[in-house]
Amino acid sequence: MAVCVAVIAKENYPLYIRSVPTENELKFHYMVHTSLDVVDEKISAMGKALVDQRELYLGLLYPTEDYKLRRYGYVTNSKVKFVMVVDSSNTALRDNEIRSMFRKLHNSYTDVMCNPFYNPGDRIQSRAFDGMVTSMMIQVC
Amino acid sequence: MEGLTLSDAEQKYYSDLFSYCDSESTKKVAAHGRVLELFRAAQLPSDVVHQIMELCGATRLGYFGRSQFYIALKLVAVAQSGFPLRVESINTVKDLPLPRFVASKNDQESRHAASYSSDSENQGSYSGVIPPPPGRGQVKKVSTSHDTVQPRTSADQQEPVSPVVSPQQSPPTSPHTWRKHSRHPSGGNSERPLAGPGPFWSPFGEAQSGSSSGDAVWSGHSPPPPQENWVSFADTPPTSTLLTMHPASVQDQTTVRTVASATTANEIRRQSSSYDDPWKITDEQRQYYVNQFKTIQPDLNGFIPGSAAKEFFTKSKLPILELSHIWELSDFDKDGALTLDEFCAAFHLVVARKNGYDLPEKLPESLMPKLIDLEDSADVGDQPGEVGYSGSPAEAPPSKSPSMPSLNQTWPELNQSSEDTAIVHPVPIRMTPSKIHMQEMELKRTGSDHTNPTSPLLVKTSDLSEENKINSSVKFASGNTVADGYSSSDSFTSDPEQIGNNVTRQRSHSGMSPDNTAPPPPPPRPQPSHSRSSSLDMNRTFSVTTDLCVHTGQQQAGVVAQPPAVPPRPQPSQAPGPVVHRPVDADGLITHTSTSPQQIPEQPNFADFSQFEVFAASNVNEEQDDEAEKHPEVLPVEKASDPASSLRVAKTDSKIEEKTAASAPANVSKGTTPLAPPPKPVRRRLKSEDELRPEVDEHTQKTGVLAAVLASQPSIPRSVGKDKKAIQASIRRNKETNTVLARLNSELQQQLKDVLEERISLEVQLEQLRPFSHL
Repeated sequence: MAVCVAVIAKENYPLYIRSVPTENELKFHYMVHTSLDVVDEKISAMGKALVDQRELYLGLLYPTEDYKLRRYGYVTNSKVKFVMVVDSSNTALRDNEIRSMFRKLHNSYTDVMCNPFYNPGDRIQSRAFDGMVTSMMIQVC
Repeated sequence: MEGLTLSDAEQKYYSDLFSYCDSESTKKVAAHGRVLELFRAAQLPSDVVHQIMELCGATRLGYFGRSQFYIALKLVAVAQSGFPLRVESINTVKDLPLPRFVASKNDQESRHAASYSSDSENQGSYSGVIPPPPGRGQVKKVSTSHDTVQPRTSADQQEPVSPVVSPQQSPPTSPHTWRKHSRHPSGGNSERPLAGPGPFWSPFGEAQSGSSSGDAVWSGHSPPPPQENWVSFADTPPTSTLLTMHPASVQDQTTVRTVASATTANEIRRQSSSYDDPWKITDEQRQYYVNQFKTIQPDLNGFIPGSAAKEFFTKSKLPILELSHIWELSDFDKDGALTLDEFCAAFHLVVARKNGYDLPEKLPESLMPKLIDLEDSADVGDQPGEVGYSGSPAEAPPSKSPSMPSLNQTWPELNQSSEDTAIVHPVPIRMTPSKIHMQEMELKRTGSDHTNPTSPLLVKTSDLSEENKINSSVKFASGNTVADGYSSSDSFTSDPEQIGNNVTRQRSHSGMSPDNTAPPPPPPRPQPSHSRSSSLDMNRTFSVTTDLCVHTGQQQAGVVAQPPAVPPRPQPSQAPGPVVHRPVDADGLITHTSTSPQQIPEQPNFADFSQFEVFAASNVNEEQDDEAEKHPEVLPVEKASDPASSLRVAKTDSKIEEKTAASAPANVSKGTTPLAPPPKPVRRRLKSEDELRPEVDEHTQKTGVLAAVLASQPSIPRSVGKDKKAIQASIRRNKETNTVLARLNSELQQQLKDVLEERISLEVQLEQLRPFSHL
């Protein structure tokens, strides 16, 4: 189950970050922040290849000693990054499930973008997006 | 009096009024007091009132019995509707709106007075006034808005408590609040949109005392339309349509249409209190919306782009967040544009919001756009957070998928690539028909390059294209192709796209003069990757296979021959200036690794095979690219190629072969094919020289290149130009190889990660199982 979902803009500031309410939400924020470096590294590592060739799903960002919390990354072609922290204690989420979660995130994100009242660069306040993220947080357990 | 037929709504209403007026419960109402007030509230001229009273017989009787009262009320309605007062009219006038009484005590107007204003009035006011929320609008604005607010409001529930519909009404206390029958007017209105001043239902709060019956009535009404706040009149069946919107002008007079947002006349739509569907759009409303739509987009079947819609709705002065939500609700197909249906839904929501209704989380059924296939008005359970899409599940996915085509495509593709790192995909692609060789080259490339994911190959292709451009002067189109082939084979990432790239390059080259000396080279390059993985052999095999397919028998033979014999590529001098053994291998394998300029025996050959020059150049370059790993396989491939076009191809093959087989040191031992290669070694040498020198981009013909090369180099073999080009080519190849390696590195890292994940998951499972082990 995703315990934290974050959408980071191209300039690396957060557009949306939401965690399962726990006592250390700050910890999640910190994890997302540190993951940004890894994401950037991955992007640049494949930089020589054309952007099209680069896979959007980055997978597990880096192995950590904390087996319970894993961070997965996903980058869109416009360098908008999605970082998800997943709690893998109860279920070992398969890679495909993570991919499908990211796909849903990406779909919802484009829906938000399609809204003419949304200015790119603003925080995402769409209720539809919130609802989708909530569904991911509770059901993907 | 004539028999008075009353509709149910009227019946109820009248009874309520009667109860109200009949404060003493005497079943007769004195002509004075409340009745007068009531009649005055009807806003009729006094003479009309008198006439009514006379007609109903009250004057005769001196008081209003129930029947008289009812008749009077009916006559009031008739008068308000503009019909002549006749005794007969009470029964003849059909669909008379309920009499409208301006509440004197209105505190309670709240109710949805506005909504109840007659449609006709509403319609009159399409002009740009934005009627204030109906509730507010209502005469005394009080409160109704709350009532009207979402159908969800439990105003209805409140009704039983307080007779007054609007929560704000201080029900018990205000005795004279006249309950607003929101429904009634709508009932009448809907039928006669243009009816005269529709009955204006001022909010009435029913006095508690007198309203006991009324309450009962109300309560009775409440349940049916749980949603509607105000509707307690469940009874008003006739219309059950939305309470029409009350265009701005509607009664809300008092309230002001405040919001007149400049031009947009958001009509206040009063959500119909019909208990069926508070969100239904009435005809007038719809017509209004359509008219507004036309002002933006004359074509009713067209779309309103998002930006135009944004401007339009921004005029309504709603907060951007709410507008954003409205957009999410109404843009059903998520295409960033509004169709007519979507626009109407959005407009309706805006009006509702302005009138105080809360926005729903999901698009109401009645607002869902009528999609062709999906006419699914039912609120299918939307996924959480998805608004209004329930109706068109089919619609949504398609709309989404187009937006995410890349996603769908990339996933499977990438999966494959990641998993097949060690698998070679023989992708025989016939790229350019220009030369068979080119095709062969392509094939070879594809065949051989499967190990690496696209990127290396792509990179290489790009490099190749650069080279190609450089080689524009090179005449050998085929040669170029070959070069491309080589390069691609070098990269071993023969993805279809790469092949495509190769093809492209080939085409470009075809026109170019074969700048044999330099560019063609790359092919041998990929070798390094091959050397690493076992797939190399496979690549070779594939390449051979493809070659076989493509090549003529001769070449094929040559090709076949090559794989087995990995020419001792690394030959002796891998270093820059390695001696190029050209062509000679007993078995035809090439083992020229060195591209020492000194070797120029074949030069004369390459003069003969201009096309091979390219190869040779490439070979040379490869050889020269000692640094870069030239794969000896390439050389053998080259060697294998026979003169003539096939030779070229063969060269590619041979190169490939070399590469695969060799995994030898970088040096590309250009195994010059026994035949053609002669020029190759020369080229290689030249290349080495070229490499030594900074890459020179020459688009001149090879001779020119040679000349240049010669000029630059001290010992310049005849094909100096070629050397230069060879060097350049070799440089490029090296670069490509680097790219390939980098890609391989990243892939391996990814594999490492995957393995680590597995490890982690296993450990987790182990931990979970551990407790059980103790049991």
